[in-house]
Amino acid sequence: MTKEIIKIENLKREFTMGAETVHALRGISFTINEGEFVTIMGSSGSGKSTLLNILGCLDQPTSGTYEIDGVKMKDLSRNQLATIRNEKIGFIFQSYNLLARTSALENVELPLFYNSMVSADERRNRALKALKMVGLEERMDHTPSQLSGGQQQRVAIARSLVNNPVMILADEATGNLDTRTAYEIMSIFQELNEQGITIVFVTHEPDIASFSKRTIVLKDGSIIQDYNNQKVQSASVELAKLPVEDNSL
Amino acid sequence: MRLLNLLKIAFKAIVLNKTRTLLTMLGIIIGVASVIAMLAIGEGSKESIRTTISSMGSNMITVRPGADDRGPARGSGGNVQTLTLDNYEVLKQQATLLSYITPVVNGGGQVINGSNNWPSSIYGVNPEYLNIKVVDLQSGSMFTDAEVQSAAKVAVIGQTVVDNVFPDGQDPVGQMIRFNNIPFKVIGVLEVKGENTFGQDQDDIVLAPYTTVQKRILAIDYLNQVMASAVSEDEAPDAVTQVTQILRAQHKLMDNEDDDFTVRSMEELISTFSSTSEMLTILLVAVASISLLIGGIGIMNIMYVSVKERTKEIGLRMAVGGKGSDILMQFLIEAILISITGGILGVILGLGSTVFIEKFLNWPTSVALYSIIISFAVCAVTGIFFGWYPARKASALDPITALRYE
Repeated sequence: MTKEIIKIENLKREFTMGAETVHALRGISFTINEGEFVTIMGSSGSGKSTLLNILGCLDQPTSGTYEIDGVKMKDLSRNQLATIRNEKIGFIFQSYNLLARTSALENVELPLFYNSMVSADERRNRALKALKMVGLEERMDHTPSQLSGGQQQRVAIARSLVNNPVMILADEATGNLDTRTAYEIMSIFQELNEQGITIVFVTHEPDIASFSKRTIVLKDGSIIQDYNNQKVQSASVELAKLPVEDNSL
Repeated sequence: MRLLNLLKIAFKAIVLNKTRTLLTMLGIIIGVASVIAMLAIGEGSKESIRTTISSMGSNMITVRPGADDRGPARGSGGNVQTLTLDNYEVLKQQATLLSYITPVVNGGGQVINGSNNWPSSIYGVNPEYLNIKVVDLQSGSMFTDAEVQSAAKVAVIGQTVVDNVFPDGQDPVGQMIRFNNIPFKVIGVLEVKGENTFGQDQDDIVLAPYTTVQKRILAIDYLNQVMASAVSEDEAPDAVTQVTQILRAQHKLMDNEDDDFTVRSMEELISTFSSTSEMLTILLVAVASISLLIGGIGIMNIMYVSVKERTKEIGLRMAVGGKGSDILMQFLIEAILISITGGILGVILGLGSTVFIEKFLNWPTSVALYSIIISFAVCAVTGIFFGWYPARKASALDPITALRYE
């Protein structure tokens, strides 16, 4: 029996804009099991970002239930939500959001600074291990400005892994990258997924979705499609097929 | 553990912005340094006034005849003859709070020794004068009560007089000098006291029995003043009251009449001078405190900009698990670290400039421990006070908004 990581039931989120009420999410339900690789697709205004904020415990739904790892998120305080984010969720952003003038290693260590159970030695060891997983242990002393976009995103992935989260939440993680680098990043996600890490990937690019096992499509705050990919493409294979870039440019 | 982590984070942020941090600190550094230096100057001048006055005899009390207001024209205090030997005798007997007392008659004149002469002042006193003025002899001896009784023509002279009438370096003790043509035998030389606070040469003096000076030189039977010393510095104000009461009774003054004499203690002089320098100190410290305040506002300004500038970073920290209180503490610690480091540097600079002022400007200074403690405390409080508002603002940010902030 596979374990349910995320369980959403009839989730609604409304925003009041003056006299008008905007229904960003109109009652959606789904569950994500351990080890899944799910992409959430949708055009802008589909409720994608709102769903992501709620999944990331940055926002609370108006109604409906949201459980992570069997824990109900409803009615948790700001501080309790912060602890959930720290211990259960790894965040990856479109714009990497690394701390400037701070080494890759220290950037990866950041979430552990907010976990007082982790000692300084353990923090460093875990950060090193995470950097190794994304193949950047050689560049642990480099600051973000000394790294390429793809490398920066790999540091961000390492940062999301460092607290051993139950899931990784990626928000348009390849949006700022060229196709080649995007595929490189996707192949890392696929590797991580093979190691059993649950990944929820928000994107609006269909080719990125083809690397995931399951796709949920949102439109106007409702789920219009939820299907398992019959033919999951391998990012590393697709990467090999890409024409070799002219490095002189 | 959590605090240690936050301390590390805050420290890192400070180190990453070295120049900005240093400029922010500068306000605090200058503020603290100037408070310490100003207080040191103020304390120093107060102390130097106190020591100079104390060296003149800190529990000394002087009684002078007051302006005579009985006639139509008022005379100056020195010319009236209301202070007499009787007054001195009564005070000697009745004033229990006095330990030493001497009548004083004085006048100017020429000190002559052979072909050398020197204008000086002669003071007719009794032997207790030395105890009152806290002065000793460098050679010879003081005249005795018996010599006072017999109006002996003996004198004790100061170093300035020695230098001018005995220029050959011979021992003046045992020699004869003349003061206004009256011969005196020098029996002692006073130790060197130098100038007093008011620039007066305290060694340009001839001491002789008051009886001799009264009869032979001035030909008067009243006194110019009575000098006494209170049993202790603390008793000085009470001694002044006691002397006043005794003299009022002696002079048969009615309750509605003013004193026809003035009694002054050194304590009054000290407090007059101290209060002047204290006012000056307060003024200096007020100015210095303003610069400390401005330093504090500088911290607030920088922390405020820092929070704005790092909104996205704050959003990220919250997304990866930083609580509002973590963010608050981080910025607060940053502000406190800046102000405390600034405070330490300020104390060092303040002590340094105090030494500089003392060495090169020759101003008396005295660093009071309380000035260091106070300025340091003010500095820490400034950090908390001015760091609180921006930190609070940072911690109240909504993580979603902060993350999307550009």
